[in-house]
Amino acid sequence: MITRPLTSRRRFLEAAATAGGGLMLNFCLPFAGGDAEAADGFAPNAFIRVERDGRITLVMPYVEMGQGTYTAIPMLIAEELEVDLKQVQLEHAPPNEKLYGNPALGGIQATGNSNAIRAAWQPLRQAGAVARTMLVSAAARRWNVDPGSCRAQSGEVLHAPTSRRFKYGELAADAARLPVPENVAVKRPEDFKLIGTPARRLDTPAKVNGTAVYGIDVRPPGVKIATLAQSPVFGGRVKSVNDAAAKAVKGVRQIVRLDDAVAVIADHMGAAKKGLAALVIDWDDGPHAGLTTEAIVGELEKATLNPGAVAQNIGDADKAMAGAVTKVEATYRVPFLAHAAMEPMNCTVHVRKEGCEVWVGSQVLARAQAAAAKTAGLPLDKVVVHNHLIGGGFGRRLEIDGVVRAVQIGQHVDGPVKVVWTREEDIQHDMYRPCFFDRMSAGLDETGRPAAWNHRFAGSSILARWLPPAFNKGLDPDTTEGAIDLVYALPNMHVEYSRVEPAAVPTAFWRSVGPSHNVFVVESFMDELANAARQDPLTYRLLLIDKARAKAVLALAAEKAGWGRQLPERVGRGISVQFAFANYIAYVAEVAVAKDGSIRVRRVVCAVDCGTVVNPDIVRAQIQGAAIFGITAALYGDITLKNGRVEQANFGTYQMLRMNEAPVIEVHIVPSREAPGGMGEPGTSAIAPAVTNAIFAATGKRLRKLPIDTTALKQPVDP
Amino acid sequence: MAIKIKVNGAQRTVDVDSDTPLLWVLRDLLGLTGTKFGCGMALCGACTVHIDGIATRSCVTPIDSIGSSKVTTIEAIGATAAGARIQKAWLDREVVQCGYCQSGQIMSATALIESNPRPTDSDIDDAMSGNICRCGTYVRIREAIKQASGQ
Repeated sequence: MITRPLTSRRRFLEAAATAGGGLMLNFCLPFAGGDAEAADGFAPNAFIRVERDGRITLVMPYVEMGQGTYTAIPMLIAEELEVDLKQVQLEHAPPNEKLYGNPALGGIQATGNSNAIRAAWQPLRQAGAVARTMLVSAAARRWNVDPGSCRAQSGEVLHAPTSRRFKYGELAADAARLPVPENVAVKRPEDFKLIGTPARRLDTPAKVNGTAVYGIDVRPPGVKIATLAQSPVFGGRVKSVNDAAAKAVKGVRQIVRLDDAVAVIADHMGAAKKGLAALVIDWDDGPHAGLTTEAIVGELEKATLNPGAVAQNIGDADKAMAGAVTKVEATYRVPFLAHAAMEPMNCTVHVRKEGCEVWVGSQVLARAQAAAAKTAGLPLDKVVVHNHLIGGGFGRRLEIDGVVRAVQIGQHVDGPVKVVWTREEDIQHDMYRPCFFDRMSAGLDETGRPAAWNHRFAGSSILARWLPPAFNKGLDPDTTEGAIDLVYALPNMHVEYSRVEPAAVPTAFWRSVGPSHNVFVVESFMDELANAARQDPLTYRLLLIDKARAKAVLALAAEKAGWGRQLPERVGRGISVQFAFANYIAYVAEVAVAKDGSIRVRRVVCAVDCGTVVNPDIVRAQIQGAAIFGITAALYGDITLKNGRVEQANFGTYQMLRMNEAPVIEVHIVPSREAPGGMGEPGTSAIAPAVTNAIFAATGKRLRKLPIDTTALKQPVDP
Repeated sequence: MAIKIKVNGAQRTVDVDSDTPLLWVLRDLLGLTGTKFGCGMALCGACTVHIDGIATRSCVTPIDSIGSSKVTTIEAIGATAAGARIQKAWLDREVVQCGYCQSGQIMSATALIESNPRPTDSDIDDAMSGNICRCGTYVRIREAIKQASGQ
């Protein structure tokens, strides 16, 4: 590859003649943390290739987990390049933190934080526009006409006055020799043809006929299948193993004993599971054998009795509290949660003396590579990682524990081995959404408005482990998101956070992260304040909100839901609003509470302002899915510990919402020309308080702990 | 022991314990990886296949229980009229997100409309509640089944 760097903008954009004579446009996404120079003279974060046959290839630093990034990101480039979406081909970016590092995630090559569209919005369109401009120039030169008399359309350049045309592929070699234009305007929103349309997803045809390849589906020649048992108590060790019966199982080839796990290697998973069941393992439970959820929550509660790090301070909440007419206090709790992605944890490796190959679906490819290298004791360049589709991420695949495990096992196996966790291992050895304890207090003035707002909470900081530099002065931006950046104009507000790590229990990002906890607390407590002020929860919120976009979504959701309209007995509507991941979202949930306390979420109405919409159908799909994800957690999500072990094991004890429980979900999108927000996560968080606020409206019972305890909602029997 | 099964119209022979679940034979020995592992206990439906047209959880179906019955998997369901209609509706309605559970969803939905050409909401609940979708595509699955059944 010959590259011709630009002097003024070479770190942004560079034209290069590819070996095949095509046009290659290299560009850096705005999160280029490091130097974009690499061994080849120039290496971009991502790049467009225009082949001679007209194919457009985009190398993607983002991974597809269902969120639609394999459609929405190509839409950005196709819009400006004037190509049909089906002409765009995608390639996974290889692991390379220098090239693909995401500064919004500390320079780590990661797909997370719902930031792919936000990060790619400007540079990908810009790159497409530059490529189009150069292709048009190449055509104009050949025809010896003014480029202004030519236009690009569906992968061709047309000269309308003479009805001549060239396909992009025919122009690629010429275009590659042209200077890269300094300033190319991206399209005006009114000229968008693709952005804003419900373009068909590109990843779905292979997902409906069984041909899509997820990490768990890879089958390198000769691959063996392994499954494992890890110490049921966090921090425990293997004391002894009797593997005689396991080895006698037909198809079992080998038993691998690690310090804290035992794996069975077999011809197929059926044999591996049978072998695992036949193992007799004596565990040394270690120091956490007595650990319980209650003990962990007790530590958190205790921590909230003392000041934490100040995460937000506006005005003087203490002074305002002293002068308040009414005081409201409450404590809230949210539990540990498992990710329970449908594709159980798995990773395939082939560890040799001279190198290691890894097949996995990962949100953090470069970390996966580094973890494999470190575990195998190999240099980074001897580890090849193949990324695959992910059968549900939700944050779980931002961790590399599964890769480490697979390499630890693979080091003992001659040939490739696919390590597949049982569902029980997946749930009992997840890395969990942390539990939190929250202490709220507010002082209302004579009009019922909150003159003072105090929020103090304690729990794990994931970023402090995952990205230590992001944890500063006792705070990190994820854990506090949704607690410190409210849509309400509160004159006196004070928020404190105490980092308390639960003994032995690993914690990790879980879809919507900080807001998954904070929005439940804030929007529940706001409902409590409305009630204390004897005001309608919608009216009360609208009075306190000073952000027009927040007001608009709230009002729209209420209108579409028929807020205020009569409902039957023990049926209620609850409302919530949030700002998170650069979006405004409001929900109204309609919930029926049966006499036995069981609840049914009947209908969910969402209004969302996510700025400029790239693909409205994907926005709707993400809200629909996130609402289900959030309701599932609110109703059922609870990982508890007893004797140092997770008590839940499979979908019988860690329940998921099912078809017969799924509500009607309506999504209303507010048109906007603001920059786009991220849609993968935020719909998850605001739904829980909408549901519990609806339960309050239906029954008068305020639920301050998740998951919902339906026994508290039983209708008292008349004497 | 050598066991013969008929999968997607082809006779296959595998040498496994007689109690080996069909799921692992399909995925690990025959390479039909479109059928997915989700729970191993018939709790999630990701492993759903058809045995003589009946939606069956392959993760708890011993290989020796199949006998001469015909096994159909996601790889071949598009060759049936109902399967093709369901797959088309799945794409038309953009049901799919991560897609991992969708093989099972499609197999359950196909069996439903084959046996019940115009399922009601309640029929859909009964037939589909054994299939978990963690991405929460239930709203669209319902719409797609209605489309595929001409409703």
